[in-house]
Amino acid sequence: MATIKLEIVSPDKIVYSADIDMLIVRSTDGELGILPHHAPLVTGLVPHAMRVKMEGTEKLVAVGGGFMEVQPEKISVLASVAELPEDIDADRARKSMERAKQRIEAYKAGGEARGDINLLRAEASLQRALARLKALGTKGDI
Amino acid sequence: MASLQDIRRRIKSVKSIQQITNAMNMVATSRLRQAKEAAVANKPYADKMAQVVSDVAKNVTDFSHPLLEVYPGGKRLILVMTSDKGLAGAYSSNAIKEAVSQVVDKGNTQLITVGRKARDYFSNRGYDVCSEYIGVSERPKFDNAKDIAENIIERFKSGEIEEVYMVYTRFISAINCVPETVKLLPFGNLATEEGEEKKIRSEYIYEPNAAEVLGYLLPQYLVTTIYAALLQASASELSSRMNAMSNATDNAQELIAKLDLHYNKVRQAGITREITEIVGGAEALK
Repeated sequence: MATIKLEIVSPDKIVYSADIDMLIVRSTDGELGILPHHAPLVTGLVPHAMRVKMEGTEKLVAVGGGFMEVQPEKISVLASVAELPEDIDADRARKSMERAKQRIEAYKAGGEARGDINLLRAEASLQRALARLKALGTKGDI
Repeated sequence: MASLQDIRRRIKSVKSIQQITNAMNMVATSRLRQAKEAAVANKPYADKMAQVVSDVAKNVTDFSHPLLEVYPGGKRLILVMTSDKGLAGAYSSNAIKEAVSQVVDKGNTQLITVGRKARDYFSNRGYDVCSEYIGVSERPKFDNAKDIAENIIERFKSGEIEEVYMVYTRFISAINCVPETVKLLPFGNLATEEGEEKKIRSEYIYEPNAAEVLGYLLPQYLVTTIYAALLQASASELSSRMNAMSNATDNAQELIAKLDLHYNKVRQAGITREITEIVGGAEALK
């Protein structure tokens, strides 16, 4: 079966590089599945856990926003943060999710705290934490 | 003439200075290795980003984005990257000199400084330092670059800034670092590339469309550019410190050798004088 090369690059290193069967990502416009020999494509990615299918198994990789360039033989994912499940610190992700949730709650509740909270930032941080937890295979609700 | 004790004290103090400079040299050397690795590791990302942005820009016509707007009559914003700490030779002062040469009209220029040295220099001289970042210069993180970029984008979007320049020190080799100025905003160079190479259209599909992808990419491109510059600057800072400290260690060694010789001469002169005195005294008693 044909394979396609996947390369996930973050600003600090090449996170992942392998020949895979299929990649499923969530773009700014919805979910996309990329198979070998896909037409050239460029799209933005939202924070989520990408699904990498390879030899009958599925691997999850957390990305925190970025974009993807597809060529028939190669997929390049450029993410501001990208982590393989084995590199994710579950406790940290869980804590950051809780903190983000609290901040969003506090923002919605209004009051004095509102001025100190950047809603966009809190939401982005929540999304990143959820992506990490998803990649670990744990549910967001605990 | 200095007494023997004075010279001994002097030698001791030079030796302890040498120990410190030698230690700093070794610390800088090992950190430089890390900084160089970080700069190299960033390269695939930065290159790909630049390539994709220019590809996308070629496919976009009549595109408006807050970061491509021109706000005539606005201020000039300069981002200067220097070190927090001294003892790095002329590293910070060279970057500051370069930044000062970019200031045309002091009243109409705002500065964002990275590193304590730039902040102290510009705020002491009455420049308008609108933000400062301390504690990032030696080991920059991607999030630092993000903060700086967000700050710049916000100021630029408000319409009071016409141009944004960045002054950083490019790391060429361990003994060669050059301060450099780069224009960050507005993204003029994309437009010119677009004009020249309009015929070469790549076959990409843009999801949802090229303009939106470009709008999404531009802020990230800015972050990447700043991050790459921060990494270069940190490698330059450490290599300057390494050179300054290894020179200082060599100089201390030389000074110690000179002082040793001097010390021996003075001691010998003392002994000779004493002998002459004793001999002279014995002669007189005869």
